Amino acid sequence: MSWLTPQVVAVFVAMAQALGILLGAVLLGAVMTVVERRLLGLWQDRYGPNRVGPFGSLQLIADMLKIFFKEDWIPPFADRTLFVLAPAIAMASLLLSFIVIPFTPALHVADWNIGLLFFLAMGGINVYAVLLGGWSSGNKYALIGAMRASAQTLSYEVFMGLALMGVVAMAGSFNLRDIVNAQEGLWFIIPQFFGFCTFLIAGVAVTHRHPFDQPEAEQELADGYHVEYSSMKFGMFFIGEYVGMVLVSALIVTLFFGGWHGPLLPPIVWFAIKTGFFLMLFVLLRASLPRPRYDRVMSFGWKVCLPLTLINLMVTGAAILLTAPE
Amino acid sequence: MEVAFYLSGLVAVLATLGVITNTNPVHALLYLIVSLIAVAIVFFALGAPFAGALEIIVYAGAIMVLFVFVVMMLNLGESVVAQEKAWLTPKAWLGPSVLAAVLLLTLIATLWLGDIDKVIEGDTLTAKEVGTTLFGPWLLIIELAAMLLLAALVTASHVGRLSAPEKPAMNKETGARKEHS
Repeated sequence: MSWLTPQVVAVFVAMAQALGILLGAVLLGAVMTVVERRLLGLWQDRYGPNRVGPFGSLQLIADMLKIFFKEDWIPPFADRTLFVLAPAIAMASLLLSFIVIPFTPALHVADWNIGLLFFLAMGGINVYAVLLGGWSSGNKYALIGAMRASAQTLSYEVFMGLALMGVVAMAGSFNLRDIVNAQEGLWFIIPQFFGFCTFLIAGVAVTHRHPFDQPEAEQELADGYHVEYSSMKFGMFFIGEYVGMVLVSALIVTLFFGGWHGPLLPPIVWFAIKTGFFLMLFVLLRASLPRPRYDRVMSFGWKVCLPLTLINLMVTGAAILLTAPE
Repeated sequence: MEVAFYLSGLVAVLATLGVITNTNPVHALLYLIVSLIAVAIVFFALGAPFAGALEIIVYAGAIMVLFVFVVMMLNLGESVVAQEKAWLTPKAWLGPSVLAAVLLLTLIATLWLGDIDKVIEGDTLTAKEVGTTLFGPWLLIIELAAMLLLAALVTASHVGRLSAPEKPAMNKETGARKEHS
């Protein structure tokens, strides 16, 4: 075949990789919904969903069937366009962020110089999903949930970016592949420990995961910004949250834990093990921590985390300048 | 890259028109967000990915969120849509549009007559180059901007501070009573 030149093959391989990463991220997010419930059961001394299939392994399929066949209801008082648009933004902005993550030396979608900034930009766009979803529902609880969520996300995104700048300064690049390569000798968790702590906190807050899930607190707000959503629209918000978890875990691994680096095992296995560990950590946080009050969450972000990241960045900069060869 | 430049430029212009003509405040703000993202893509097409990414992070991701936030808090209803419709009469928009059209013609003419080869060209700027330019020749401007922002921050925190809790007037009395007994 004459048209099957190496360039064409390369294009197809790249497309297949991108599709594989996309499907993998969505599927992992969906599987996490069940894994989380089983793990919560384990850590809280109860069974969790164990009825469907062996050890509850088919629970996911049951959930999906249920969510697909539920009535897809749009409230008559809702702003239809935005109501439909919001879940799409929630899912799409998070999935797009996977573009910049290098999973192994060969497996990635795009190798951009602004990699990390692209993630921050998509995180910024993701706020609109919650904001528009809450407002267009025409529901007080949804609106309050959206307000809380967006205020929380905005304040935590400020120092999320700053927490990452220490890593960027040490690696000398926004490109995630360069950042991983710069960690060949020493993972950035050691020199950037405070950066890691604040990024972990910000990551949990930005994905609205427990203990930062005041926007969706069942007890006070019914279910927050997605209270009017049903069927697959709710499903997209729901899966989107877990996709966000996967994304933040993968980013933590890439930025602070050496990405695919590790002895003996192949790179993809190391990446999967590390990401899995942080996914478990997300679930463990939910299983063990109570939910703090909303105003305390906000003041913790501004008064503790933001100064901490600024000091961390300053010290990192000073250390780099001092050790730099003249 | 030329196609991307012209397409996103077109999107930016159309979205901005949408901002002006839309009567629903939240929808108008959404058009503005689309317009900002389109401008960011123009930056990408011009080979300034750093500026493009910052445009999305700062404008679309942070400032516009606050705009949307405030409009949502105001809880504007149907009456505002009707009011906006009433305001958007030909009498209101005809004059400014004619003036803007003249400016547009001038702009197009200048681009057409000037050396058109230079319209979209340039090397890709990295974040490092942007940083060394900003903190090299433009250091003074950066410092001035930082001072301005700091002043704005101090002002905002002064305006938004909680008023000092009023001293409970009971304290003295209870003290006095204690002395009595």
